[in-house]
Amino acid sequence: MSTTGSYLIKGARIAGGDAADLLVENGFISAAGTSLSAAGATVVDADGLIALPGLVDLHTHLREPGREDAETVETGTRAAALGGFTAVHAMANSSPVADTAGVVEQVHTLGRQAGWAEVRPVGAVTVGLAGERLAELGAMADSRAGVRVFSDDGMCVWDPVLMRRALEYVKAFDGVIAQHAQEPRLTEGAQMNEGAVSAVLGMTGWPAVAEESIIARDVLLAQHVDSRLHICHVSTAGSVEIIRWAKQRGIKVTAEVTPHHLWLTDELVRSYDPVFKVNPPLRTNDDVLALRAGLADGTIDVIGTDHAPHPSEAKECEWAQAAMGMTGLETALSVLQHTMVDTGLIGWSDVARITSARPARIGRLAHQGQPLAAGSAANITLVDPAARWTVDPAAMATKGRNSPFAGRELPGRVVATFFKGHPTVLEGTLNSPLPAEAE
Amino acid sequence: MKHLLSTQDLTKADAVQILDTAEEMAAVSDREVKKLPALRGRTVVNLFFEDSTRTRISFEAAAKRLSADVINFAAKGSSVSKGESLKDTAQTLAAMGADAVVIRHWASGAPVRLATSGWIDAAVVNAGDGTHEHPTQALLDAFTMRRNWARINGTASAGTDLAGMKVAIVGDILHSRVARSNLWLLRTLGAEVTMVAPPTLLPVGIADWPCTVSYDLDETLAKGPDAVMMLRVQGERMNAAYFPSTREYSRLWGFDDRRLAALDEHGLDGTIIMHPGPMNRGLEISSAAADSPRSTVLQQVRNGVSVRMAALYLLLSGGFRSNAGTALPDIRPTAAPVPTKETAS
Ligand SMILES: [Zn+2]
Repeated sequence: MSTTGSYLIKGARIAGGDAADLLVENGFISAAGTSLSAAGATVVDADGLIALPGLVDLHTHLREPGREDAETVETGTRAAALGGFTAVHAMANSSPVADTAGVVEQVHTLGRQAGWAEVRPVGAVTVGLAGERLAELGAMADSRAGVRVFSDDGMCVWDPVLMRRALEYVKAFDGVIAQHAQEPRLTEGAQMNEGAVSAVLGMTGWPAVAEESIIARDVLLAQHVDSRLHICHVSTAGSVEIIRWAKQRGIKVTAEVTPHHLWLTDELVRSYDPVFKVNPPLRTNDDVLALRAGLADGTIDVIGTDHAPHPSEAKECEWAQAAMGMTGLETALSVLQHTMVDTGLIGWSDVARITSARPARIGRLAHQGQPLAAGSAANITLVDPAARWTVDPAAMATKGRNSPFAGRELPGRVVATFFKGHPTVLEGTLNSPLPAEAE
Repeated sequence: MKHLLSTQDLTKADAVQILDTAEEMAAVSDREVKKLPALRGRTVVNLFFEDSTRTRISFEAAAKRLSADVINFAAKGSSVSKGESLKDTAQTLAAMGADAVVIRHWASGAPVRLATSGWIDAAVVNAGDGTHEHPTQALLDAFTMRRNWARINGTASAGTDLAGMKVAIVGDILHSRVARSNLWLLRTLGAEVTMVAPPTLLPVGIADWPCTVSYDLDETLAKGPDAVMMLRVQGERMNAAYFPSTREYSRLWGFDDRRLAALDEHGLDGTIIMHPGPMNRGLEISSAAADSPRSTVLQQVRNGVSVRMAALYLLLSGGFRSNAGTALPDIRPTAAPVPTKETAS
């Protein structure tokens, strides 16, 4: 690995703890301690800032190939860098679907060429996400993309036999199945959470049981075949209970929650503004509180953004016609601070765990999520927890303007992001990508 | 009030004012010359994303009796085939100078979207959206109930509300925009509401609604409702397993001849039978019930025009008393009754 310059980060509070200096050289943290100095290194004053291991997103829709009007690997990873991410998992529901070694290698290469963050393609579980036969899981695992996370996200692997086989099969290469838990028959035509608000609005409901019944089935399947299972975007209080139960039994299940499900509720749907249309849908306040508690006690392992950019016409329409999904990369950390840190539920070391160490471990990313110590890969995010900013979707790097947080004032701002020792973000704005030849 | 989107937003004063104004409009409709110059030069667009000839012609007649220019716009596009977007359609209508858009849409919330998106500045009238609301239907139903309630109580209808009235709404509550709009408006006007349906056709979340829920139509009739509103039930619901057969539905929740006789047995002389139409005779209502003197089906159709005239007139003239300071333009080219008393609320 050639040099990308050396940087001396001065006085950052490491994962919210004591202030220290970090010397970044040749893509690694070469020294960590107090009063470091290095001739020729660019000094980054991090007084008052918190240093986190670079954020890792297990759930990102980069839309390329196929929907470059919504997002590209380039724009999506720019957004990732601005949000403090040094790695993202690109979901498989592109066009063509990432269900072959060829497509995952293409996405992987696009990520390397962009240079804003590590792009780890997620492989489809079934051919074309159709839920009928297994995709070439082994070929994707063995490809240059080195796929370890497999998901039909957007679709549920509904067939219990197929789900069982997938869980078993990926054990051969230490893979994990990330399930989008949605019982399809119970959610036909579903528009929003089924409950008091859907009753008044006259919208077809997406009942909590449609998520919970699949999670219950899958944790039992994972137990039966002793495989790794990851649950995408957990959204209900009942799901948290089932996962807690499964973990107590030693079942190898991990779970993710999105930033929006930690904050927003179905009350927002009363506006009929499709910016709040997302799958799984926004739930109730009781669900929000249960998700926060589950994240705080470790039942839920990680934050996954489910960043889902859409072109404006997909949202400037009737609710029923609108696409589901919200952008999230550039607001994730701030929303996490607002909902979890500023509420006293977790500290910054927990933030480091749930945004970086755990997702990197679930995705089997060797050079992400490491402690900020000498010898670790220099994937570092510097956050100013005292900053406040107002969300303006038009000012974002993502092509998507569909942020549900538009106009809200949020705490915390990503000041700098170092990806393999290279500053992709400095002073809160994009700096430059990691040069491709550096790999 | 700029738009009429939902009966949930209607205050009692606004609702009573619409009903009272509709009484004046009804008087106009009884005259030889049924036309008023009130909305001359104003343009009302009937924007229909879903076929409903009855509702469209009712709004069309209402707008024309107020001398408005009427444009009927049948928009293509459905839940399966996408036509021109609502945004483009709205901007087109804005460019044509529409003063009011009467919108009927298969998607719940489309009128709210039209009113709040900034695509068009016209007054928006919800003429039925998905399974959400149908406020002018609820207003014409309330108007019909109020006239009958006043007749029974021997009072004039203008200025009154529905306090003390007991209304049963029977049928597919889950998918009914009529039921929702009626519930909110009837409660605002002081009536008590019982929803009667098979449990599969009640929404999850109905426990929060300000009504009584019953699965038993006979028990509800025995309690002496003043009005029984039968909702249209679509036979297709049977295929989605909401009920086992139309025969069983009809036996348990239909207003059949046996139940018509039961009203007499219970001594409920004043109880009316309502239906928003179009009816499935023999399914949710028998012919004998639909054609009986208790039936208000045709009154409802007639009252629909008066209520829609009132709504269009008040919205476009800015005449709601709740809109402080706006003067009411004269709607009486010739002598007609003036509302003299205002309901306290
Ligand atoms: Zn998903």
